[in-house]
Amino acid sequence: MTWLVPLPVVMPLLGAALTLLLARRARAQRWVSIIVLTATVAVAAMLLVRSSLDGPLVVEVGGWAAPMGIVLVADQLAALMLVVSASVTLCVLVYSIGQGMADGNEETPLSVYHPTYLVLTAGVCNAFLSGDLFNLYVGFEILLVASYVLLTLGSTETRIRAGTTYVVVSLLSSLIFLVAIGLVYSATGTLNLAQLADRLDALPDDIRLVLQGMLLLAFGIKAAVFPLSAWLPDSYPTAPAPVTAVFAGLLTKVGVYAIIRTETLLFPGGRTADLLMVIAALTMVVGILGAVAQSDIKRLLSFTLVSHIGYMLFGVGLTTPLGLSAAIFYVVHHITIQTTLFLAAGLVERRGGSTALDRLGGLARLSPMLAVLFFVPALNLAGIPPFSGFLGKLGLVQAGVDDGGFLAWSLVAGGLLTSLLTLYAIARVWNLAFWRAPHADMPEPGDADRAARTDGAEQPHDGPAPAGAVLPRLMTVSTAALVVLGLALTVVAGPLFDISTDAADDLLRRAPYVEAVFPEGPP
Amino acid sequence: MSPNVPNLVYVVVIGVLFATGVTLLLERSLTRVLMGVILLGNGANLLLLTGGRAGGPPIVGTTAQEDMSDPLPQAMVLTAIVITLGMTAFLLALAYRSWHLNGHDEVQDDVEDRRIMELADRDEGPGTSDSDTVDAADGSPEARVLAAGEAEAVR
Repeated sequence: MTWLVPLPVVMPLLGAALTLLLARRARAQRWVSIIVLTATVAVAAMLLVRSSLDGPLVVEVGGWAAPMGIVLVADQLAALMLVVSASVTLCVLVYSIGQGMADGNEETPLSVYHPTYLVLTAGVCNAFLSGDLFNLYVGFEILLVASYVLLTLGSTETRIRAGTTYVVVSLLSSLIFLVAIGLVYSATGTLNLAQLADRLDALPDDIRLVLQGMLLLAFGIKAAVFPLSAWLPDSYPTAPAPVTAVFAGLLTKVGVYAIIRTETLLFPGGRTADLLMVIAALTMVVGILGAVAQSDIKRLLSFTLVSHIGYMLFGVGLTTPLGLSAAIFYVVHHITIQTTLFLAAGLVERRGGSTALDRLGGLARLSPMLAVLFFVPALNLAGIPPFSGFLGKLGLVQAGVDDGGFLAWSLVAGGLLTSLLTLYAIARVWNLAFWRAPHADMPEPGDADRAARTDGAEQPHDGPAPAGAVLPRLMTVSTAALVVLGLALTVVAGPLFDISTDAADDLLRRAPYVEAVFPEGPP
Repeated sequence: MSPNVPNLVYVVVIGVLFATGVTLLLERSLTRVLMGVILLGNGANLLLLTGGRAGGPPIVGTTAQEDMSDPLPQAMVLTAIVITLGMTAFLLALAYRSWHLNGHDEVQDDVEDRRIMELADRDEGPGTSDSDTVDAADGSPEARVLAAGEAEAVR
């Protein structure tokens, strides 16, 4: 079954090439993208099943043996991430297709959207599957370059401004990562993760600490951990809704995934665990205080995104099996929910003409469907029982209480406070945008269509959405699908927690990963 | 692994590249930031290169095996160079587009920062008790940043 492993990287890349060739044929492009991503979801699901049953699947790319060649490793953690991220990208793709068709941009220059989107998916999958530090860097670069293009789509003034900050910060983090790779190689003579796990142990403590610190710094910027998170709320909200949604769901989580790998496989023993816990607490609290102060839904959601990264670091910092498994569960939950909320925010922007809270009102009456699509994931994010957000936080709190240290207890307190403040921020959105009486100038459904007909004006294809547009069915359906997926996480929380516990055990034992790559022991 | 002592010249060059790169990266103009990124990228590439053993070309038949240089960092540097090339092109395009839209390529402040600065200018924001420092601002980006910094310090 190992032939399945490279497919999540290869298929989207081939799909990207094909959609680029089909640049003039929007309909064909759409079908290619949908088919490729559906196939990726299927392959990822099969990988998850196989890796749960038989242990990690390993492929030596090009047939070159492990320490020299590059390996792709699909262990349970990687496969689980693949399944979730592929499903989310598929839903967001359908949403963006719905948006594109509703705006009637059959012949717009956005033909570059589909290829870039598929390249982004390939980069994300490559980062998850990589068993080699340099290949991880390449995966990061693939997804980042694609994200630069997606973030500056249409190159309007705000997007150029936001894109500049984003690109420069990302470049800096990539450079730090590259320097760290150079140092790791000169210290150990290898970049294969499994071999590194063995050789890094032999290094003096101070050198290990420098290497670990540099890797954590690079991944911390990508994961938007507190002192390094300022770029995120500034750049994400300017992009088109589906792009923001997929970035929010996936990009920071790739950083979190890399942190998990670094902390468990490469540098076990938790020397930086205390540092991670302090940072986790700061990320949670500072992030959510930022969210409370916002008056725009998209910016508010960006701050909750930063804040909830803290929960995952909390679990990683505890370095106990329960903490790590709760962190993995939380990553899965958060990818789904945060994406859903951004898609719902896109729908709000379409219906209400804006995401600024002072210009919205009465959406619950005007569009009950939209209200449900926002309300359910919002409560899920805040951690109201019985949703998966509650279960993930419960796991983390349980792990923190078991640990019993001062830091762990402060984190439990910080986590609960953050959860409460998330509920407050979300309730504010709900009250202002959905519950209060509608504004007199709230656009009616179909306003935009009528205006377009009378003016004969062209619809902007990617600017602010035409106010008062009827919600296109495809967009509503794909958002609803993600809401259902989020609810399904609650229903299958038991089995999912079993998988994440298995994954966490494997991560902490390290041997399964190393033995899968080097059956006869690392050379 | 043979003992691998990097050449001092390399180390100094890498240090200079990083220092100049970081300095340029802190500039406001995107073109200078780009120069900084290029210098930093070259520094990082040299650093990667010094990670491997030096020696003759790693081709079987031309060099004895123990005299060969380490080919792996060279392969990685090639990849990194290609990535830097693509990024340089993209940043240039961004700078050009920014010049097209605004007449300059300065990296602008975050929306939030600008809002806080506007509040400070109108003497409404937090930490503007010392209104003289704010009034001294003449509206140029540097002066505004300075004013905001002072307001911050006062707070």
